[in-house]
Amino acid sequence: MNDILILNGRLIDPLSRVDALRDLLLRDGRVAAVEMPGTLKGQESAQTIDAKGLIVAPGLIDVHVHLREPGQTYKETIATGTAAAAAGGYTSVVAMPNTLPVNDTPSKLDWMLDAQRGSVVKLFAMPAATVGSMGETLTDFEALRKAGAVGFTDDGKPVLEDHVMRAALIAAARAEVPVSQHAEDTRLTGGCSMNAGPMAFRLGLRGMPIEAEARIVERDIQLLREIERAEGLRPHLHVQHVSTARAIEAVRKAKREGLHVTCEIAPHHFALNEEAVGDYDTHAKMNPPLRAESDRLQMIEALLDGTADCIATDHAPHAPFEKRQEFERAPNGITGLETALGLALRILHRDRGLPLSRLVELMSSSPSQIVSLAGRGSLAAGHYADLVLFDAGAEWVFDATISRSKSRNTPFDGSPMLGKVRYTICEGHIVYRG
Amino acid sequence: MRRASETAAVSSKYSPGSLLSVGHLSVAEVSAILAETARIAALSPAERSAILRGRTIALLFYESSTRTRTSFELAAKSLGATTTLVSDKSSSIEKGESLKDTGLTLRALGAECIILRHSASGAPFVLARETGLPVLNAGDGMHEHPSQALLDLRTILNRLHGADKATSITEHSLSGVTVTITGDILHSRVARSNAMLLPRLGARVLLCGPTKLLPEDALGLGPGIEIERDFDRALAKSQVVMMLRIQKERIAGIELDLNEYIHRYQLNSERLLASAPQALVLHPGPMIRGLEISDEVADGAQSAIEEQVAHGLAIRSALLARALSAGIFKGQTI
Ligand SMILES: [Zn+2]
Repeated sequence: MNDILILNGRLIDPLSRVDALRDLLLRDGRVAAVEMPGTLKGQESAQTIDAKGLIVAPGLIDVHVHLREPGQTYKETIATGTAAAAAGGYTSVVAMPNTLPVNDTPSKLDWMLDAQRGSVVKLFAMPAATVGSMGETLTDFEALRKAGAVGFTDDGKPVLEDHVMRAALIAAARAEVPVSQHAEDTRLTGGCSMNAGPMAFRLGLRGMPIEAEARIVERDIQLLREIERAEGLRPHLHVQHVSTARAIEAVRKAKREGLHVTCEIAPHHFALNEEAVGDYDTHAKMNPPLRAESDRLQMIEALLDGTADCIATDHAPHAPFEKRQEFERAPNGITGLETALGLALRILHRDRGLPLSRLVELMSSSPSQIVSLAGRGSLAAGHYADLVLFDAGAEWVFDATISRSKSRNTPFDGSPMLGKVRYTICEGHIVYRG
Repeated sequence: MRRASETAAVSSKYSPGSLLSVGHLSVAEVSAILAETARIAALSPAERSAILRGRTIALLFYESSTRTRTSFELAAKSLGATTTLVSDKSSSIEKGESLKDTGLTLRALGAECIILRHSASGAPFVLARETGLPVLNAGDGMHEHPSQALLDLRTILNRLHGADKATSITEHSLSGVTVTITGDILHSRVARSNAMLLPRLGARVLLCGPTKLLPEDALGLGPGIEIERDFDRALAKSQVVMMLRIQKERIAGIELDLNEYIHRYQLNSERLLASAPQALVLHPGPMIRGLEISDEVADGAQSAIEEQVAHGLAIRSALLARALSAGIFKGQTI
């Protein structure tokens, strides 16, 4: 018997509209019962967790992670990346396709999702939208969807050509999954390594203008409009890692218009601005880059007012030797799975008053809906027993040296965090205890 | 204030003898460098060659540079140091080897200080962090060229106030002095270092050039900087004018009408006579005669271009003494 009884916790389950003390019984990987405190006391179970003082929430879901396997296992493996996910309170992650080789066929997708890879949490994947992520020929959306694809993306690069993006949106609409777009007009960002502006000028670095992001978001929204009109389809555009006020404004307007647009914001884009580059700190180098303070504040506004649908880490591990070089040569990206909740609780909840239920929405229920993960993102009876139990008031400091990730490339080493994960439970199994 | 915290952070992260950015120098440190420069310049060759006798200095040049490399090399040799040159021209930079590993190799071979020229902005910071050695930035990408700004400062002080006044400075040493820097500001590390250094001594810096080569973002370099796109108007306000070449190697993607550029921004005799007949003319080199500067002006009475070269040698000697805690910097911990 693998039952787990969770007593005395504060259950926050936005999809069930519950924010109250509840006891839960987990059985056979599912939520068997959710009851008023005291009701389940007599139940027999192999294990009882006293969750007094803890938040009990549906496990966090990250729709944007890079696990580097196959091909770059010196940076991360599916096993180490998902171990980091579990430590961060995540029970489901969606792997990006920019592996070596690119994940663009059903057999590569099968290989990635195979239990042999040793994923610690539930692993999903978005295969490439175009063959080899070269931006030219669409992959076989139908076959990939059947093999488990939860969306399509060429992340790391945009789908740049209008007609290719249009075809991708149409094919994805038929497969009923989103196209997840890395919005960057690469014709404007060649040789660029940080945000354009006075800081880039002072450091002598070429800067990525905000137009590079905004133009692609605006173009994609226009494509949605045209496709709805001409094809009678309702494609779903998911905008990855929005970083500029102008792009978030475009998303806001498109939502008002009724188009099917969702978007994610990465923790570093609400936690840091371009000043973090400091004296060429490559741990502050990512794509899209850290932006101006006004952009950062707009990302927080978007998370508060509902324009942003979810928080996604863009977890992007790199080996030390890759980051310890010239700023312009160092690869983009930082790890993020173990710091997302701590940053969100500190910056959004404590400092800006974001309700905990809204935070759970941003990190679990909403991402589960974006990529249609049936039975996840909620703890109603019958759903998967994917849970995170955390102490929302615990203050701690992140120490990168004890990260579960294979890599240490984070600007948050030594940063204060709020909210400590005590248990992560995936399909009824405790996958992390803190 | 960023500057204060930067200066504080620098001491812990980088060897104090390093010079990575002029922003890391306090006015007092600039003053000490100028004092040491004057002191070394007054020594006999024999006395000078005792300052760094037995010390080893590496020159690591990823970009070719006759002027700066020769200047640093002669400065080091005149102080008695042993130098070793590693450049991309020789085969001594191992193909594909990281900057970090090259730096560690030089350190293991006995280098006590590395002078670095690199095409990537910020490369000297990486080298200083990874080796722990004092690193002198001899030009990094489009970022900075601190020794050039210091030698320009010494040139300006000598010409404007006399050699005896060029040995000690304060926040007000250049009060009332306007310096115009004209040309390809966007790609110029010399412009950045000067625009960040001179206002801290009281100077007003006018940046001049077309929008493509001088974006408004340049105002973020610091206080005391203005943009004046009309070269004649800028000249009329200036006691010093510094001309920069157009960096063809970095200008890819920018379209520029050279005739139009020459018409609006070339420093020639007519323009100089009309707007700034007394102004001091500087150019960090290499010059493209007939483009940003005319022959007559480059070789004319107002030009201090050759003096700049001489001051370069002197300033770099002082920077090397500072890097290795010698001369008046003796006893300061590395
Ligand atoms: Zn991306």
